[in-house]
Amino acid sequence: MSAASNSVTKAWDNPVRRGILLFVAMFFIVLAVGIIQGTASILLILTQATAFALIALGLNIQWGYGGLFNFAIMGFLMVGGASTVFLSYPVNMAFWESDGPMMLGRVLAAFAVAVALVLLARRVDRIGITGKWRTAVVALAWFVGYIIYRTQIDPAAAYIESTAGFVGGLGLHPVLGWAFGGLVSAVIAFYIGKISLGLRTDYLAIATIGISEILRALIKNMDWLTRGTMTVSPMPWPTPLPQQLQAAGFSIPDSFVYARVMFLVLSVVILIGAFFLVQRAYGGPWGRMMRAIRDNHIAAGSMGKDVTGRQLELFIFGSILMGIGGAMLATFTQIFDPSGYQPINHTFMVWVMVIVGGAGNNWGVVLGAFLIYIVWIISDPLAQMIFLNLSVITEQLGWGAIPEIDSRALQMRVFVLGVVITIALRYAPKGLIPETVKSS
Amino acid sequence: MDELIFFINRVLISGTVLGSIYALGAIGVTLIFGILRFAHFAHGDMMTMGAFIAFLLAAALAAMGITFPLPMAFVVLPVAMVITAILALGIDKGFYAPLRARGAKPVTLLIASIGVTLMIQGLVRLIFGSGTRQMYVPGESKDIFRIDMSWAGGSRPINITEPQLIMFVVTAIIVIALHFFLTRSRLGKAMRAMADNADLAQVSGINTALVVRVTWVIAGALACVAGTMLALDVALMPDLAFNIVLPIFAAAIVGGLGHAYGAIVGGFLIAFAETLAVFNWTAVLRPLNNILPEGMELPANLSLVPTEYKLTVAFVILVITLLMRPTGIFKGAST
Repeated sequence: MSAASNSVTKAWDNPVRRGILLFVAMFFIVLAVGIIQGTASILLILTQATAFALIALGLNIQWGYGGLFNFAIMGFLMVGGASTVFLSYPVNMAFWESDGPMMLGRVLAAFAVAVALVLLARRVDRIGITGKWRTAVVALAWFVGYIIYRTQIDPAAAYIESTAGFVGGLGLHPVLGWAFGGLVSAVIAFYIGKISLGLRTDYLAIATIGISEILRALIKNMDWLTRGTMTVSPMPWPTPLPQQLQAAGFSIPDSFVYARVMFLVLSVVILIGAFFLVQRAYGGPWGRMMRAIRDNHIAAGSMGKDVTGRQLELFIFGSILMGIGGAMLATFTQIFDPSGYQPINHTFMVWVMVIVGGAGNNWGVVLGAFLIYIVWIISDPLAQMIFLNLSVITEQLGWGAIPEIDSRALQMRVFVLGVVITIALRYAPKGLIPETVKSS
Repeated sequence: MDELIFFINRVLISGTVLGSIYALGAIGVTLIFGILRFAHFAHGDMMTMGAFIAFLLAAALAAMGITFPLPMAFVVLPVAMVITAILALGIDKGFYAPLRARGAKPVTLLIASIGVTLMIQGLVRLIFGSGTRQMYVPGESKDIFRIDMSWAGGSRPINITEPQLIMFVVTAIIVIALHFFLTRSRLGKAMRAMADNADLAQVSGINTALVVRVTWVIAGALACVAGTMLALDVALMPDLAFNIVLPIFAAAIVGGLGHAYGAIVGGFLIAFAETLAVFNWTAVLRPLNNILPEGMELPANLSLVPTEYKLTVAFVILVITLLMRPTGIFKGAST
């Protein structure tokens, strides 16, 4: 590290100047992409990148501040998306007029009974059943509770799917839906954290990735609630849609630009708000305590800090941002498609953003989020261009054209992402704008 | 009797197939964890890579007009294993060794292995496209052996396919060979010593660099076998093994990370739990309908978990294991 950085200019060593330089460089990249691909297209990239910056900030709280390994990002994005569908999608009258709500009420009752059963079973030590027998009773209670729940949910789900399609939404404002996404994520994060935060890093990574797959399987297959693979669209926007602007007399290209600008402004405002809070928290006593726990949790514990409790706090705060970001993404694309969520696109890419940007440094993470998202998007057309040129050469050589260029070029970005992360780990393990450690 | 045959076909055979694949993968994961102390996420893609290498070799042989009574992909397996092992060594040299030399934490290596995952997956799809292929060269077909059960009063046969039969044999041979390697050979003992305590092993004069290389060779070769077998049993696709790398990790953890026998047990445990959980018990319990009183019939579907949730069974077991016994069934290594 030191040998490499000594040789470069002094501006590079100063983190502030380095940050400014990199942000200016990114501005020119955005400008260049905007000129080549058109204004509407760069606005689309920027809006999604803003949402990803919010998600990356969430991961930065967990990994950068607290050293917690979270591979469940995809799960939280899906939870955020599904929550905003539930709150902001127009009301489905076919469901409310059917027997669906009644049946769901019975499901809720069955669920409550199951929970009560398990809670009661956990207290059997009061009547003298302890040790192995208590474990057996608790396991039996879980099993019986599960069966009670299944007897109610299975017919209810089948009925709703056959009569009304799915539950539908509540028709509330999308911004409320985003907040609800954050809230649901927080609740889920609390339970995930309770279960898994005691584990060591590798175990935690695998446990969280497993939980995110469970969440995906649930959301994908609960057709009665989320419509599953049949997808929900179109989702309402908090700002005017292009179609509404067209009705108001804008031309079609203009309407897309203005509609996306408004959405972008809204999401940037949210990002700035979150950034301000996260940055303030980092500098304050709370942030110092978190870094102390990250760097040496044994020492922090012996100073009287509640290590697991604080880590749970971090995990929840980070997950709230992820849920909000996921909800924004779903609203912006106007479609909630559970099968469109992939660990590569939604978990690993956010990790690359945080590590390339600089874990622990919020400026770096935001930079990394925009940079990686732009790289991710433009490596597809770039690869397509390269392939098309190669294809011309192979045709001239008499080998024939390269087949399926479109789908192959799309895969190029996965490869590029892998190359970027390995290079970053090898040559800039602390990221583009590293965390500044003040030693006083 | 038919119910029992149905049970054997649906649970015993498919569970053993899945278990063999999980076990072979989990052995690699657990060995790497034992020696190098990091969770190697790219293992699933090493399996896919091995399967594609076997596919290429088989296609090349078939193009030369050579035929065998066994599936071609199985015949070329030893060569594919060697190639995959060399590639695994190359991946270690190129991506993990520099990080280890810098003294990076295991977490950094884990993230690096995700980078490797992405690169292999991108490359495989770049070269082979994202479609599904058949592992069989033209002219070959998946032979199915039907064992007639009429002597025992069954009307339906027990079905077992040729690749499944080969897989049982190969897995058994590999497990036995690995057992003898780890317990009898000098190198195997050195490996176990290093998994127990790396510093102590080095001080006692064990060539740790050699042990690391042998670990990668074994892990790569086993990944190739598991990937090829999986592709022979199902079909060859770029995300073939990426989807099962998580159950493999679950198997390794349930068995105790760093513990080779634990990985085998864990693999079969997870596989049977998955198959039993989605198994429709009505098919077996149907004779009970005769005993049950009038008006009480067994429902048409009596599986514990709907089929869509098959993959989640592994994670539920994983979470329970982590809560109840974090070191796994056999006491595993820790970071």
